[in-house]
Amino acid sequence: MKILVCPLNGARPVSEFAYGGEVRRSPNPDTCSDAEWSAYVFNRSGSPGVKFEWWCHIASGFWFIAERDTARDLVIATHPAETARRLATATGDGS
Amino acid sequence: MFTRHESLKSSYDVVIIGAGGHGLAAAYYLARDHGIHDVAVLEKGYIGGGNTGRNTTIIRSNYLTPEGVQFYDESVRLWQDLSSDFDLNLFYSTRGHFTLAHTDAAMRTMRWRAAVNKHFGVRSEAVDAAFVKRALPMIDMECGGHAPIQGALFHEPGAIARHDAVAWGYGRGADRRGVEIHQQTEVTGIRVAGGRVTGVETTRGSIATPRVLCAVAGYTPRILDMLDLHTPIYIHPLQAMVSEPVKPWLDPIIVSGSLHVYVSQTARGELVMGASLDPYELHQTRSTLDFAEGLSAHMLELFPFLSEVKVNRQWAGLSDMTPDFAPIMGTTPVEGFFLDAGWGTWGFKATPVCGKTMSHTVATGRNHPLIEGFTMNRFAEYRLTGEKGAASVGH
Repeated sequence: MKILVCPLNGARPVSEFAYGGEVRRSPNPDTCSDAEWSAYVFNRSGSPGVKFEWWCHIASGFWFIAERDTARDLVIATHPAETARRLATATGDGS
Repeated sequence: MFTRHESLKSSYDVVIIGAGGHGLAAAYYLARDHGIHDVAVLEKGYIGGGNTGRNTTIIRSNYLTPEGVQFYDESVRLWQDLSSDFDLNLFYSTRGHFTLAHTDAAMRTMRWRAAVNKHFGVRSEAVDAAFVKRALPMIDMECGGHAPIQGALFHEPGAIARHDAVAWGYGRGADRRGVEIHQQTEVTGIRVAGGRVTGVETTRGSIATPRVLCAVAGYTPRILDMLDLHTPIYIHPLQAMVSEPVKPWLDPIIVSGSLHVYVSQTARGELVMGASLDPYELHQTRSTLDFAEGLSAHMLELFPFLSEVKVNRQWAGLSDMTPDFAPIMGTTPVEGFFLDAGWGTWGFKATPVCGKTMSHTVATGRNHPLIEGFTMNRFAEYRLTGEKGAASVGH
C-alpha cells in the first residue's frame, strides 16, 4: 500500500487522498488573450518530473501541497499550502 | 518474421516514432495505399511492447458523438478482413458487448447512445433487465444488493482480438513492402528549420526527413517537449489483470461503469479484466495490490461464483488522457510533424482506422475528413468533442 504523509494527519494510505492536479498560476481572465486563457484551462505539463501538486485528505477535508517525482513514483515532501506557495514561487513553478 | 536492419539510412521520406499498432498500421497503409515505401519506424523498446500489448483487446463503436461513432464504425469495418489481409490469425471474435446500467441516469445515457448509434447505422440497442438476465444467466442482477442492474446498452458488433498479433500483422505487412522497422532506437530530438521538420536525432544516429508521425501514447508529452508544442495530454497509469484459464462460460463482453469493471473471456479461457484509471499522474507501469483487490471485489459483485478463481497476472500501461476523452490527431503547427495521440484508454479498437487516416494525412499533408473532430486546435477554439459518456468506465 502506498503511503502519503499529510501535514495535518500524518502518514495515511494514499487511498484516503484525492489528487487535485499541479499547482499552476492563473492568468488574469480580464486582461489575458483567449489563447492564453485556453492554454491555461486545457494545457498541462504532461512530461514526467518533480512537480508541486494539490492533494486533499478526504476524511478531514484538508488541502495541502505535495512535491512529487512523477517519474519515480516518489513523494519528496509534503507542505502546508502556505509554505508550498513560497517554495513554488521560489522555484518558478507557479503558485 | 521481420527483416533486421543493421544501420539507419541517412534519410527517409517518412519517419514514424513508435512501433505499436498505430505506428505500424500507418506505415502499412502508407506503403500499401499511398506508394510511400521509404519509411522508418523507430521504436525505443520492442514491437507492440507498449499499450498495444497491454490493453484488454475490446473492439466496439458504440460511442456518443457523431465524430466518434463514424470513426470507430469505420474501424470495426476495417477489422473484419484484417486476418485475411495479413494472412495471420488475429482471433477476431465477435461477441456482443453489454454496457450495464445500474441507475435511471445511466439508462438515459444508454438510450442516448443507442439513438446516436442507430442514426449512423451502428447496431446498438437499449435493453431491459430481463434481456440482460437471459443473455447472462450467471450474473447476479442485484450486484450484491447495492447496485441492481436496470438494463444495458447492447452492441452486437462488440468483439475482441489478439492484440499483439495486430502489431505483428501490420509490422510484417509493412516490412514486406519495404518499410524499415528499427527496434531499440530511441528518438532524442527533432530538428526543425523555418517552422518545418527537417530530421530526427536518435540513439543510433541522425536521420534527415521532411515528415514525422508521432504515435507513442504515454510518451507523447516527452516528444512534444522537443518541439515546444503544448497539449492538454496528461498521463495516468491504467491497470489490467487476467485470471487462470477456466471453462468457457462468458461469451459477451461485459462493462459496468458504476462498478468500474470490464471483462471478457479469451479463446484460452482466461478472464481479461480492467478497471478505471489510477487516480493520479504517474509515469511508471508497476501494478498495485489496491487495484487487484478493488477490481476483484467488483467482479465478485457481478459474478459471485468466481470467488475461487485465481488471478494469474496483472500489469499497467501509460494512458495519454485528454479532457474530452477524444484523441488528438492530424497536422500540428510544425509543418511536417503529425500527431496520433491522446489515445488514453480507448486506442486499441481504433488501430486500423488510425493507420488509414494518419497515412492519408501524412501522404497528402491534409487531415483526413474522419479526423476533423479530433484536431489539436479544438482546445484553443473551445470546440471539444465530448466523448467521456462513452468511456467504458467512469474515470
